[in-house]
Amino acid sequence: MQEAETNINKIVEKYNYSHIELLSILEEVVDANGYLTEEMVKDLAKQLSISANEIYAVATFYSFINIKPTGKYVIRVCKTISCQLAGKNEIIKAIEDELNIKMGATTKDKLFTLKTTDCIGMCDKGPSMLIDDEVYHSLNPEKVVSTIREYKRI
Amino acid sequence: MQREFILSNDYIFGDALNKVLAEQPQDLINIMKKSGLRGRGGAGFPTGLKLELVSKNDFDKKYVVCNADEGEPGSFKDRELLFNHTEKFIEGMIASGYAVGSSKGFIYLRAEYKWMLKKLLKKIEQLREKSYLGKSILNKNFDFDIEIRCNAGAYICGEESSLIESMEGKRGEPRNRPPFPVEHGYVDSPTLVDNVETFANLPYIVKYGDEEFKKYGTEKSPGTKLFSISGDCLKPGIYEFELGCTLFDLLEACDATDVKAVQVGGAAGITVAPKDFNTSICYSELPPEGSIIIFNNSRNMFEVLKNFTDFFKEESCGLCTPCREGVPKIADAVDKFIRKENVPDSHIEVLMELADVMKVASKCGLGQTASNPFVYIYKNFGDSHHLS
Repeated sequence: MQEAETNINKIVEKYNYSHIELLSILEEVVDANGYLTEEMVKDLAKQLSISANEIYAVATFYSFINIKPTGKYVIRVCKTISCQLAGKNEIIKAIEDELNIKMGATTKDKLFTLKTTDCIGMCDKGPSMLIDDEVYHSLNPEKVVSTIREYKRI
Repeated sequence: MQREFILSNDYIFGDALNKVLAEQPQDLINIMKKSGLRGRGGAGFPTGLKLELVSKNDFDKKYVVCNADEGEPGSFKDRELLFNHTEKFIEGMIASGYAVGSSKGFIYLRAEYKWMLKKLLKKIEQLREKSYLGKSILNKNFDFDIEIRCNAGAYICGEESSLIESMEGKRGEPRNRPPFPVEHGYVDSPTLVDNVETFANLPYIVKYGDEEFKKYGTEKSPGTKLFSISGDCLKPGIYEFELGCTLFDLLEACDATDVKAVQVGGAAGITVAPKDFNTSICYSELPPEGSIIIFNNSRNMFEVLKNFTDFFKEESCGLCTPCREGVPKIADAVDKFIRKENVPDSHIEVLMELADVMKVASKCGLGQTASNPFVYIYKNFGDSHHLS
């Protein structure tokens, strides 16, 4: 927790305690801590001199701002039409089998959270997915499993 | 005809900027107006006029925003420009800054493209080192610098007023317009918001002139357009065509056969059946949207429709009632189609009326177009009891 506090202090200082930078601040807090906790929201509210309510209102609007506990890596499989035509269901099944979790869940070791997401702009190279900010395209079940195994080794 | 202007590698950064900065800001506005270029993000607003509107607003601070929040399903042309033609659209941004009297630009990048953030930042830094960004650019009395802001996964923020709300650290809910961003944009200042592709057209037009630009395309829709082609074809990818081309031309280029339907303009777009494949793609006929998704005869249009309505269910921001309440109503009916339940004609009629209400009464483009897939797919591929 202390580590998270230090992170937040650094981030709000970098953005000059300016609430107009709230989205960038939230993005960095989530990058550094994985997700937003109630304590973090209260802390941010105090430092930015706005209400916690306002911070939640913004945080919950954006799907990449996690407000629930997530794994170290967040996998987002594109579920939009072109990736669907290209076979995203097979990819999701392969990941679920490899990680032994269902869509939306986090692995027991807290390493991976599996989600779907709307179009990630890889429509010509589907199926595709993001792991955190990295993009993976032209997937097939073997390729996606070997990618995930590489993350397990990091 | 397929052409390569925007995607051409025959380009040197600075050629256009040297020319622009040697002249008056109004000269650039004039050439852009004469070129007839219209915004390539979807709305098609005349680019030269937009530049003029921002420039005429006498205000201390003005902003230039590059909308790189390409979230429309099936659209990925800006990905190519952002990653492989970075200098082109940045040169367009700097020149636009000079034209409107702004010293600050932002690239609003979608979260899904954060994998290219480092490359973009590096390019900006390199341009600063070469004095193309920063103070007194090319030793003229003109300062301009660029910052990158990232979206965090909200499709609606591609709409310019939502984008600005988001840049101000708020929920990306659309604003009432007017006033338009050209008057009251970012932090209430006049703001020029253009799509990546629109900015990338600028160096070309400046270097070769508006007459050369107008040689291609049609009289009312000059120039070329990038198309992101995906779905059932052998060669998906990014294609550049003159405006006035047809879906037949695009389908031939990407090697698509046995085509049942083409979705033009993504989830918010139009579903075109083969009988209309020879319609001209231009601002007065089939709107020149960047996203082209192809469905062959093996595809069930129910499933396509469901994918689109689910998309809008998730991405509607919930601010105005027609969209917030209308999208789930349509989605319920689509689920009934999928479960092969009977949907009476009278209910379809009600939904079609609802679709009209959503079109006229929603505040932003999302709500106004969210009923499109239902209307077009039903019209082209449905009868009273089932879709094919």
